[in-house]
Amino acid sequence: MIIKSPEEMPNDQYKKAVLDLLYQLADDDFILAYRGSEWLGLAPHIEEDVAYSSINQDTMGHATMYYQLLEELGEGSADSLAHARTPSERRNAILLEEVNGPGDYLTEPRYDWAFAVVRHYFYSVAKKVRIDSLKNSSYEPLAQLAIKINTELYYHLLHWKTWFLQLVNAGGEAPVRMKEAMDRVLDEFQGVLSLGPSGKEMEAMGLIEGEENLKKRWELALKPVFQASNLSFPPKIDMKKGDGRKGEHTADLNQALSTLSEVYNTDPAATW
Amino acid sequence: MSETIWNVLHTVKDPEIDSISIVDLGMVNRIGEGDDILTIELLPTFMGCPALDIIKSNVVTACKEQLGKESVDVKFVYDPPWTSSRLTEKGRESLKEFGIAPPPRDFKGEEDWQIHCPYCDSPYTSMENLFGPTACRSILYCKQCKNPFEAMKPISTMV
Repeated sequence: MIIKSPEEMPNDQYKKAVLDLLYQLADDDFILAYRGSEWLGLAPHIEEDVAYSSINQDTMGHATMYYQLLEELGEGSADSLAHARTPSERRNAILLEEVNGPGDYLTEPRYDWAFAVVRHYFYSVAKKVRIDSLKNSSYEPLAQLAIKINTELYYHLLHWKTWFLQLVNAGGEAPVRMKEAMDRVLDEFQGVLSLGPSGKEMEAMGLIEGEENLKKRWELALKPVFQASNLSFPPKIDMKKGDGRKGEHTADLNQALSTLSEVYNTDPAATW
Repeated sequence: MSETIWNVLHTVKDPEIDSISIVDLGMVNRIGEGDDILTIELLPTFMGCPALDIIKSNVVTACKEQLGKESVDVKFVYDPPWTSSRLTEKGRESLKEFGIAPPPRDFKGEEDWQIHCPYCDSPYTSMENLFGPTACRSILYCKQCKNPFEAMKPISTMV
């Protein structure tokens, strides 16, 4: 079954599964691109500032494209989907909304680079697994988008893998801090791999593979990197703070949304 | 008529690399001439690129002003996906004029690729940063003529 456009959708169940999936994909990229952009000017060196901001720009672009697919399905404008929804309406994984570290990007940021590298690397691998599956999605507009996103994701993966391998195998405090960051990221990573309450429907309708398959392929993709770095495999993952796919979130998301939508909320009707 | 439209589209340049037209970038997918409306399908290069909206409005303006069209619809489509192999030969030369090395032909995702300096054509160059000042560019250095330069990132569906 291939569904070529919103008009061709066979029934409401199919549409609901597409919407649920699109919100997860869009909100994940959106909030992580925001957290990444808070690092601007604070990255370890200037070349990294250039690279990281470019990756965030790409990722925000991917979120925009997913929001546009939602817009085509009558969910409202991409701008309002990004800025005007309440925390409980958001479907991103909790891990991706978490602050970069203590402090604020304007005053005394004490951000944790190890956490940034691990979160981005593990997420990029998970995103690659999802994107590869979405290339065969029964919803053709999503499949076409996945092919396009994949061309850019290639560079993100290359970037974060390089950082991960170098820091985890470095001397000094780096491996210790990377280990702490990995424990923290893995404690919530189930939330990234989760497809939420309608995961079974998404799978049955051919929108994306099932959660278990995706998780296995995520582990498999990490295996050579873990083995080369003497890290215990497979990584044990959990979801301790709640399931973002169900609208469960932390105070970190409230803080992010109030900052990122501050300008939008001064005049939601403005044309930019 | 269609040929004239192509000529007009040749006058629309990349706002960030003004030596190259959107036609030579390989961004134009299809032109549809209806009775009252001109439809132009463009392929986005990099999805987060802020130049896309500017290009879209520049295409509308060019078609209205140079062709006298009243109704012009420009839309971005993802199929076929834009890849760097869509650049024309003229486009590759235009990039060099701007100081940007064109991407390798038929890139299939190797982690290393040879990039010649756009100024002296030396292959003796080093990659300083895969990412650059815009989403589509990398930063390199030519060890022959000792100039820093940029290169367009290869984009392929084979990765």
